[in-house]
Amino acid sequence: MRLRLRVWRQRSAEHAGQLVGYDVDGVEGDMSFLEMLDLLNLGLSRKGEEPVAFDHDCREGICGSCSLVIDGVPHGPRSATTACQLYMRHFRDDQAIVVEPWRAAAFPVIRDLVVDRGALDRVLQAGGYVSVKAGSAPDANTLPVARQCAERAFQAASCIGCGACVAACPNASAMLFVAAKLGQFAALPQGQPERMHRAIAMVESMDDEGFGNCGNHYECVAVCPKSIPQDFIARLNREFFHAAMTAHEFASLPEHEEHEE
Amino acid sequence: MSVRLDARVPDGALEDKWNHRLDALKLVSPANRRKYRVLVVGSGLAGASAAATLAELGYQVECFTFHDSPRRAHSVAAQGGINAAKNYQNDGDSVYRLFHDTIKGGDFRAREANVYRLAQVSNRIIDHCVAQGIPFAREYGGLLDNRSFGGAQVSRTFYARGQTGQQLLLGAYGALNRQIHAGRVRVHTRCEMLDLVLVDGRARGIVTRDLVSGGIGRHAGHAVVLATGGYSNVFFLSTNALGCNVTATYRACKRGALFANPCFTQIHPTCIPASGAHQSKLTLMSESLRNDGRIWVPVNPGETRVADKVPEGERDYYLERRYPAFGNLTPRDIASRAARQVCDEGCGIGPTGRGVYLDFAQAIGRLGRAAIEQRYGNLFSMYERITGEDPYRVPMRIYPAAHYTMGGLWVDYDLMSNVPGLFVIGEANFSDHGANRLGASALMQGLADGYFILPQTLGHYLAVERPDLPDPGCESFSSVEEDVAVRTARLLDIGGDRPVESFHRELGEIMDSCCGMARNEAGLREALVAIPTLREAFWREACVCGNGEEFNVSLERAGRVADFLEFAELLCHDALAREESCGAHFREEHQTGEGEAVRDDKHFSHVAAWEYRGQGVAPRCHPEPLTFETVHAVTRSYK
Amino acid sequence: MYRLLRLFRTSIGSKLMMAVSGLVLVGFVTGHLVGNLKVFQGQEAINDYAAWLQGHPLLWGIRLTILAVFALHVYTGIRLARENSAARPRRYAVRTVVDTGFAARHMLFSGLTVLAFVIYHLLHLTIGVIQPEYAGLLDRAGRPDVYTRLVLGLSNPWLAAIYATAVVLVGLHLWHAVRSMLQTLGLGHDAWRRATDVGTGVFSTLVVAGFLSMPVAAQLGWLSVPLTVPR
Ligand SMILES: Cc1cc2nc3c(=O)[nH]c(=O)nc-3n(C[C@H](O)[C@H](O)[C@H](O)COP(=O)(O)OP(=O)(O)OC[C@H]3O[C@@H](n4cnc5c(N)ncnc54)[C@H](O)[C@@H]3O)c2cc1C
Ligand code: HEM
Ligand code: HEM
Ligand code: SF4
Ligand code: F3S
Ligand code: FES
Repeated sequence: MRLRLRVWRQRSAEHAGQLVGYDVDGVEGDMSFLEMLDLLNLGLSRKGEEPVAFDHDCREGICGSCSLVIDGVPHGPRSATTACQLYMRHFRDDQAIVVEPWRAAAFPVIRDLVVDRGALDRVLQAGGYVSVKAGSAPDANTLPVARQCAERAFQAASCIGCGACVAACPNASAMLFVAAKLGQFAALPQGQPERMHRAIAMVESMDDEGFGNCGNHYECVAVCPKSIPQDFIARLNREFFHAAMTAHEFASLPEHEEHEE
Repeated sequence: MSVRLDARVPDGALEDKWNHRLDALKLVSPANRRKYRVLVVGSGLAGASAAATLAELGYQVECFTFHDSPRRAHSVAAQGGINAAKNYQNDGDSVYRLFHDTIKGGDFRAREANVYRLAQVSNRIIDHCVAQGIPFAREYGGLLDNRSFGGAQVSRTFYARGQTGQQLLLGAYGALNRQIHAGRVRVHTRCEMLDLVLVDGRARGIVTRDLVSGGIGRHAGHAVVLATGGYSNVFFLSTNALGCNVTATYRACKRGALFANPCFTQIHPTCIPASGAHQSKLTLMSESLRNDGRIWVPVNPGETRVADKVPEGERDYYLERRYPAFGNLTPRDIASRAARQVCDEGCGIGPTGRGVYLDFAQAIGRLGRAAIEQRYGNLFSMYERITGEDPYRVPMRIYPAAHYTMGGLWVDYDLMSNVPGLFVIGEANFSDHGANRLGASALMQGLADGYFILPQTLGHYLAVERPDLPDPGCESFSSVEEDVAVRTARLLDIGGDRPVESFHRELGEIMDSCCGMARNEAGLREALVAIPTLREAFWREACVCGNGEEFNVSLERAGRVADFLEFAELLCHDALAREESCGAHFREEHQTGEGEAVRDDKHFSHVAAWEYRGQGVAPRCHPEPLTFETVHAVTRSYK
Repeated sequence: MYRLLRLFRTSIGSKLMMAVSGLVLVGFVTGHLVGNLKVFQGQEAINDYAAWLQGHPLLWGIRLTILAVFALHVYTGIRLARENSAARPRRYAVRTVVDTGFAARHMLFSGLTVLAFVIYHLLHLTIGVIQPEYAGLLDRAGRPDVYTRLVLGLSNPWLAAIYATAVVLVGLHLWHAVRSMLQTLGLGHDAWRRATDVGTGVFSTLVVAGFLSMPVAAQLGWLSVPLTVPR
């Protein structure tokens, strides 16, 4: 099979980029999309041209590295599938395919198809955890957790932090990602003590990172490789409103340096 | 170089050793801790948990990862679960039993004291992880669920569907994030450690390359912790992520750290076979599939009919035939070798001839499709996604793949290498799994090291260190930086036209055929010739594009492959020297008439710790004898 | 109070503002529709109603509230839209939509058109700058003859067309607005997604049909113009 690719090439954040056309021959149905790009790169490096840079690692849909917008859809046309798990048998011979990076102000391009998703990490740093020191926990079975709660928490926690939700959202909003993390802890008793602070800190940090506002388009849900449902966004809205109306900390100026001991 | 290998195992009864050690450890006072800076390389389970815990104690931590986020370390891919000796199922489990299973599983090639400590600490890991909000599977009553894993006779494995690794890593990453937010940890993402800096014989810093800007950085610290994972990618095709590499540990080895048991590499029997020459990695399928699937190949070599056209009489259920007692559930290494054997005999199936059938037709007939779907639904759909075949209708195809490396840098009981101040944790060290690792115990080890062991023992080392940092401008740093710069420049100057990937692939083929599931002297000697030849070709013909001052995937990869090309030789030396079959290391010369492994406790009951002595010079082995005070080495039998 | 200020600085707070103000506006539009449909009961009914409204003691209170809410909605809507386009400074060369609809993607457009229409509409019926010749009509009881003004106005094909277009855009806006509002207010639930989608569609269609019925009826001559007393 032969493909006509148009791939975004951009030397660095400072350089301008453009779509460059490449024909790739000898593509097989059993290749993953990334293996198809490997094939392209092999050809390029034989010619002494620089390979197309793209993020990838596990190639089994769990690390969240791969981040390609394939013909206008993050992770490509198959639902609940990362680009690394997308196989070429779903494409036609001689098909033209456009490959672009995640596009969002919060995700500056590093090179070609590689973007900087550090903003997602920073949102989690603001509060995406339970504050517990190693060694201080009671026996694990001290606190029973209703099975539905555990399952709901698991569903939310299956987010792989790929950022496809941001890439797909017409407003480049990170709501689904934030909603998933908050949703995990909100469903568990362990998450309760810091529930309000977490909601406030993460939402404000999300805004500071320059993500857009959710307009309830649900594109994020449609492309999410882990099928995180939109419920979590509604919950996040409730969660945040509740915290904003009742938490003490919200009645004063946000502190930017919070060094708790 | 003279190397003194002192494992520093504390005295006393096995059960008391760790407590004795804890009582004897020197402490750093809380007020002084922030004066010490620890460099943690790696942000997987081991690295993230260690960095977070050290910061919780008050040390200044700098954490490095080549990934774009700590959360992407390959620990994220672990599926099965994590062991602990909780005995929540009331099925007779205990710390001793977990210890015993682990040391026996490792075929008596691990240090008793370390393994016992691992089992002791295991319970606290689960407590901590649950407190972090990790959504482990639960029973209807709300308490934690367990399953039996990897042939264990008790149910001691905690799990979160097929994502245990991701959930545990997110927990450790959360703890790390909390410390980053508090300003006690600085994370350097997309930053690769390229060398270790010793000052007066102690590990005092590292030299890194910022993968985005290409900038070379010098980082000084009071101690260096390597948590850089395993080296299965020396086989090119493995279940590891593409970025997994040996660079950090191997370069530390070149600076004097000993590399222990590199030949102990584990193969996982149930992976989806390669579909062609383009294959870039192999995907693991849960071993639980072997509970209901039957493994077979056609009797006739070169069989061309599709599976369901092959009549029952012309199928060879070779595991059931050879191991009637365990059948399809024989341990990983045995099942793997058997698969390879039938494929070598020409009976393998699939486009590459390297695959065997895992057939559910009978199970579906007996239990109904719904039951199978309920048990394995998500695995079946994963299989279908990858292969495009429906395993409800045609048998799955599986083949073994390199999966885990028990070998790693040598460490003492305190997890410190022979280089003072260089600590090694997680899959990167050699410590606890001996010659073979039990399922669900790597996660346990990484977290035990990171949350509970290293933070204590490292304090002891720091307590006797002076709190002044070496100046990164000093001679020791400049000379290492110079070496790094020279090597980078050399790579960029090769100017060939053969893609780096093709060298890696070829190395993988050599390793797989000469030093894979079964090894023999002739093959290993052949590899020891082929590898240097390939390495020379690499330095002559490889195509490394671009320059060093930018984001350069081609350079990144070339550096790692260059290290594999040296390290592979060390691995083969070890395999050659270990004239016995034990655990995952199977030497064809050492087997019974029925093909069972023959271990040689008289000559090889030791850890082989290898010293690097320069390129082209054979490495030197420093054995650390293993003594067993509590357990008795027995022979495994699965007949 | 500070809470509210801080809340409305956040994205979720702003969205809540949109949703709450939107809810008030939805309430107004629905009430307005129901009131206007009295036109089909004849001149008496609607003029009665208009007179009752005009004489209502809370008239100005309500007017000002609606005005404020409307202003807030418009202001916030524009602010959000600007932030959203800043969040993706560079667009995709190829963009394939998977799930979102036309209505959702054109909220600002439909909103601004409605805004323009409302201004036009106020100039027409409330202030009387457009079609001033009808502005001062009174009915036999000496009340402002809303009925006649409306019917005469909508009998003009251009005016009817403007009204019809505007009303369709209101429907488009509501189509996404109502279900979005539920989600923003935290009432979204996967199990109800279909129900809310369908409910919203039905509601928007009814609103459009209701409003459309007036220009259409006027154009078809179904609404008779009674004798009136010129100023
Ligand atoms: C598919 C699969 C399934 C598995 N399933 C299980 C299971 O069910 N149960 C179980 O117990 N074990 C399982 N294992 C094994 C287990 O996951 C690993 O052994 C363990 O997670 C390793 O953790 P780690 O922290 O040591 O290393 P990793 O998680 O590999 O982390 C390595 C870190 O080091 C960094 N790094 C490496 N080199 C450098 C460098 N030069 N410079 C800077 N940073 C560097 C990386 O960026 C990364 O952050 C599985 C393994 C695989 C591959
Ligand atoms: C009849 C008048 C109007 C009504 C009933 C109305 C109602 C609504 C409602 C209920 C929402 C949903 C809020 C949410 O998503 O939670 C909404 C959104 C919106 N409205 Fe209006 N609106 C009206 C007029 C306008 C006008 C005049 C504008 C002009 C700027 C406007 C712009 C918007 C925008 C841009 C949104 C989308 C906000 C977002 O999703 O980010 N609306 N409207
Ligand atoms: C066919 C459709 C419509 C008809 C026939 C209609 C009719 C009227 C009438 C008769 C009045 C009263 C004038 C007066 O009493 O002075 C009025 C006022 C008004 N209408 Fe409409 N209207 C229509 C659509 C709309 C829409 C879609 C909106 C808003 C989105 C709207 C907003 C208003 C406003 C804000 C006023 C002023 C209320 C006031 O004076 O307090 N109208 N309309
Ligand atoms: S919510 Fe889904 S799309 Fe967004 S980061 Fe998580 S897994 Fe990716
Ligand atoms: S696509 Fe965007 S608008 Fe909201 S529902 Fe998803 S974040
Ligand atoms: S490469 Fe890991 S999810 Fe795609």
